[in-house]
Amino acid sequence: MTESVPESVTAPVPESVTAPALEMRGITKSYPGVVANNGIDLQVRPGEIHALLGENGAGKSTLMNILYGLATPDSGEILLDGTPVAIKGPSDAIARGISMVHQHFMLVPVLSVAENILLGAETMANPIFLDREEAHRRIVELGTRFGFDIDPDVKVGSLSVGWQQRVEILKALYRQARILVLDEPTAVLTPQETKEIFAVLRRLADEGHSIIFISHKLYEVLEIADRITVIRRGKVVGSRIPSETDEDDLAALMVGRNVQLVVDRGESHPGEPALIVSDLRVADDRGHEVVNGMSFEVRKGEILGVAGVAGNGQEELVEALTGLRRPTSGAVSLTGHDVTGSGPRELQRRGMSFVPGDRHRFGLVLSFPLADNLVLTQYDEAPFTRGFLRNDDAIAEWAKRAIAEYDIRTPSATVPASTLSGGNQQKAIVAREFSRKLSALVLDQPTRGLDVGSIEFIHRQVIAKRDEGAAILLVSAELDEVLELSDRIAVVYRGEIVALVDGPTAEREEIGLLMAAGRRSIPPVETEAGAGAGGSAVPG
Amino acid sequence: MEVLFGLPVLGFVFQFLAYLVDAIFTTNLSAQTLQLATPIALGALCGVMNERSGIVNIGIEGMMLTAAFVGFMAAVVVNEAMPADRGPFFGATPALIVGVLAAVGAGMLVSLLHAWLSISVRADQIISGTVINITALGLTGYLNRLIKPSGSAGTFDTIQLPAQILDLPLVGWILRMFLSSGPITTSVIIFVIVLQIMLFRSRWGLRTRAVGEHPRAADTVGIDVIRVRYRNVILGGVFAGLAGAWLTLEFNASFQNGMSANRGFIALAAVIFGRWTPIGAFGGALLFMVSEALGIAIRSNPPPGDLGVFLSGIQASYPSLYNNFFGALPYLLTLIVLAGVVGRSIPPAAVGQPYVKEGAT
Amino acid sequence: MRLLRRIWALAAVPTVSILLALLLGSLLIIASSLATEKALNPLLPLVAYESLLQGATGLSFIDVTGGVISFAPSINPEQAGRALTNTLAAAAPLVLTGLAVGVGFKAGLFNIGGTGQVLVGGFVAGLVGGMVAQQPVPIAVTIAILAGALGGAIYGFIPGALKAFTGAHEVVSTIMLNSLASFVIVGLVNDIFKIVGPSFARTADVGNAAMPIVFGRNGNLGIFIVLALVGLTYVLIYRTPLGFEIRTVGANPSAARYAGMSPRRLIVLTMSLCGMFAGLAGAFEILSLGYYPAVFGTTIGFGGITVALLGRAHPVGILLAALLLGAMRAGAPSMQITAKIPIEIIDVIQGLILLFLAAEAVIRRLMRGRAAPVTPGELGTVSKSYGETTV
Repeated sequence: MTESVPESVTAPVPESVTAPALEMRGITKSYPGVVANNGIDLQVRPGEIHALLGENGAGKSTLMNILYGLATPDSGEILLDGTPVAIKGPSDAIARGISMVHQHFMLVPVLSVAENILLGAETMANPIFLDREEAHRRIVELGTRFGFDIDPDVKVGSLSVGWQQRVEILKALYRQARILVLDEPTAVLTPQETKEIFAVLRRLADEGHSIIFISHKLYEVLEIADRITVIRRGKVVGSRIPSETDEDDLAALMVGRNVQLVVDRGESHPGEPALIVSDLRVADDRGHEVVNGMSFEVRKGEILGVAGVAGNGQEELVEALTGLRRPTSGAVSLTGHDVTGSGPRELQRRGMSFVPGDRHRFGLVLSFPLADNLVLTQYDEAPFTRGFLRNDDAIAEWAKRAIAEYDIRTPSATVPASTLSGGNQQKAIVAREFSRKLSALVLDQPTRGLDVGSIEFIHRQVIAKRDEGAAILLVSAELDEVLELSDRIAVVYRGEIVALVDGPTAEREEIGLLMAAGRRSIPPVETEAGAGAGGSAVPG
Repeated sequence: MEVLFGLPVLGFVFQFLAYLVDAIFTTNLSAQTLQLATPIALGALCGVMNERSGIVNIGIEGMMLTAAFVGFMAAVVVNEAMPADRGPFFGATPALIVGVLAAVGAGMLVSLLHAWLSISVRADQIISGTVINITALGLTGYLNRLIKPSGSAGTFDTIQLPAQILDLPLVGWILRMFLSSGPITTSVIIFVIVLQIMLFRSRWGLRTRAVGEHPRAADTVGIDVIRVRYRNVILGGVFAGLAGAWLTLEFNASFQNGMSANRGFIALAAVIFGRWTPIGAFGGALLFMVSEALGIAIRSNPPPGDLGVFLSGIQASYPSLYNNFFGALPYLLTLIVLAGVVGRSIPPAAVGQPYVKEGAT
Repeated sequence: MRLLRRIWALAAVPTVSILLALLLGSLLIIASSLATEKALNPLLPLVAYESLLQGATGLSFIDVTGGVISFAPSINPEQAGRALTNTLAAAAPLVLTGLAVGVGFKAGLFNIGGTGQVLVGGFVAGLVGGMVAQQPVPIAVTIAILAGALGGAIYGFIPGALKAFTGAHEVVSTIMLNSLASFVIVGLVNDIFKIVGPSFARTADVGNAAMPIVFGRNGNLGIFIVLALVGLTYVLIYRTPLGFEIRTVGANPSAARYAGMSPRRLIVLTMSLCGMFAGLAGAFEILSLGYYPAVFGTTIGFGGITVALLGRAHPVGILLAALLLGAMRAGAPSMQITAKIPIEIIDVIQGLILLFLAAEAVIRRLMRGRAAPVTPGELGTVSKSYGETTV
């Protein structure tokens, strides 16, 4: 990258200044029924990458919402460069140089990159109309400064996830942010894209920006952070420097006990294939073929994990296998029967169960009682229906058993499913789908967003199901989950299976490369332009 | 193929097309289409402003009807109190001007109600719109029956360009279409163009679109979603108010119960047809109402040739059916177009979903 | 005791809405007295509501003679019998149009096409009734009623199919169909089906297909059919697998697909069912009238919306709400005579009730949250589906 004399966004801060760029003292915030933040202290120095570590629900997001003005603390204060400030809202935070990159991108898909960046900080040609040329100029310049070419007119919806993230960062820089908060930034990135983003963050830090990096991924935090603060149940339980700690130490701090990080998988004894997919082709909503001739088998008593970056065809593959989308060609057979193009009803009748990735949209009817949700896919089978009428007694009895067996925490079976926590909702879905006579089971992101306890429980159930002889297809964007549970791993890249490897011996780096680039090794890095953290924003 | 049931179908099609082209370019069909399309287009602009911000508004019909009644009553009252001569501007009298202002005010007030129900109370927006329609129908009907207004303030004059200008080849036709009507009709094209430019090139337009597509994203960059929505819904009421004013102060000179005749719903279809853009919705309005204008033209000035004979024959044998068919034609056309087009027309992503600020209880 | 509390939780908001609407209505009546009596009469609402009650139930509280109002409760059994019969007869079609909207709500559909479906059902029933007028009564009545139900079902099928296969939202398509029906049927009666003789255009007498009277002057068979239908609908919606499917599609169409249900099939089925209910209402009206007049002005279509919302889209709630609205309609003529205000005040009060229902969140806040929220799963889907173009 050629370095022109940069128009500085901020001047580097001299070492002798000792006031931290940001200090949060004694922040306490309660919501009805829960103390989200309990006397939290945090100090971030200029040019420092500071990681905030904790599991889901620990209070990290609340703390950052307070910093960004989306919530007000009950007590405590915030100091910027040693001066106490009161942050009244996001525009106030932005004006003070604090910008936030959210976990779920706050980008409007139908608007262009420039429009998304301008929104709220519009560069005006006159009091009414936007100044597009000036905005374009600034955006391209900022991008070049931090190592990437960006086309401001591209619609954000057509960008890959990695590039959308860059747009989010540009949003912050356009507003001259000095403190950047990134909430779970790598949740949807491949290991390769993660490396690239880390390089960008390093450059930002070197220029004097402070970065707060929220995560629950231990190895990443150890890799990128200068300092780590661990939060558990609303309190700071420890502060570490990466060189002085390791994953087990951090995990213990995060959860408060010694966590079995990996469920004991045991041996698998695979039998004959139950689910056979041959040269399957599936098109997406726009008619583009996103599954390009996949072939694989899932045998009884084994877990086949599908690893891949979101958007490489996994979603459409799952939809085709569960009857929610018709394949354009190819064949699917379940226990010897041809089920290509069959709908959900027939697949379920032939013994396939499905735990959907979007549990609120597909897995549950939130306004219905828990009992109804527990029979959602079997409502018209005996004993839940007798003749013309539903059999409420049978349903109630089954609900009672399911709640006990699967440890679903709920006051009763008649409360709406919306009152249950995410983990218990997922347990309900698992109870429903795992308790049928199964030949094949398709799991899509089965533990997304759940707390460690629920994750452990569900992983154990999955292994148990495998040991009972079910053929299990596990699709997950969490590479850790795939590595932990799978007996075999299929890596998906651009709609094709680029590798089929043994599970227990797979290596993360290797899988990550396959996910990101479709092959096992990259050519040696050249020192001239074209390699490293660069590249242009090619849509799709 | 050419002869179906003994009728020369292909010949009829050609005769009809010839008649249509002749009617468009030599008669005042285009102007009449623009006039009839005015309440639809204005209602559609109201719809665009609402829905681009994320608020479903099916109460346009009720807003139009209320504005029509209020504007009419205000004009009558002022006219009785101070009868005046027709002024130079479209023949405006104080009564007519007050009437328009009152109609616009009524449109804004009813819009405020819809905004409050949809944004602050977070009621279901389709139900809120329906409630406005039903209440408006009942209230205007009741008050009309109670007060039995007998006077009238008349209507605005239309532009009268000299014949030499109107007879110019192409320009004449355009002028004839856009500059031979009353003030509200004439201003529609201006509103359409202004709104189109503002929506896609101004800061207001960018923020409005963001709020309708992804309000949370807008919120996190410091935009006040609630205020943007309130403002746009109330401003949209201006257009609904003008549509109502057109009904009783420019097109008719009186008020009848339910006179909006479901035009507010045709406006909704125009919004969908036009993909939520002002220009597209305007095109939709013209398309839907050309059928009504054609119906009037065919009945007053039947086409020549076999087609004309055929149509006159039907009119003689089935006069009521003939007339009612043409009355139903705009609605039928709207239905067909809607069924054909709507699957491919994508509304603003967050439309219909009330916005709850993060962290709010 | 718990049952009472549960009933109150469900009925609180509608009850308060009705009371508030009556209150606001009385303000309007007082203001109207300026026009009708040239002087402000604060007691006019009392007179108006009392005569409404009297017309609906035969109960009388006050006596207005010689311009003096005195408190004089009385009840005339014969008048009460007639009044109550009128109320039931007015309520029966409203139950049907209420079901036509309410069952749609359960599936996440907003059927505003009640007006058109009533017209089509009534027209077909009138025509077919004229054709079977000479048949024995049970046969004629059954055939005519079924014909009306079928006609309405077809007119409900059309927007259902449009929504299921093209994504056209039923709110706009049903309104278009309403207008279409009113225009085309007028033309058909005037030009094709009109009979010679009567001074106004109408179809042939339905003869033996006329709605049989079971009690009183107009206590017709329809009342009993309606009661049976309420029970059947309740069982269908809440106790059968099909009802579970309908409710699931209304609450979450994606989950319905995942569960093996077919949202398309359910939408078409539900809309046809709704059309059938409204068609039946039209059939009952026309068969009571004895013929189909070219211009059949009826408001029971829109009344069904009020009934469905007031009754929380539940069959029993719809029954109660229809009784209330039917009572108001039955009492309105005597109110118009006694209080001399236009009969349209009923429509205004109806609109006001809806307005307060829509603002129910506010009402609940006023009552400090002791009332149950309107089930979001059903009514909320109506708006959400406006933005969705795929089923």
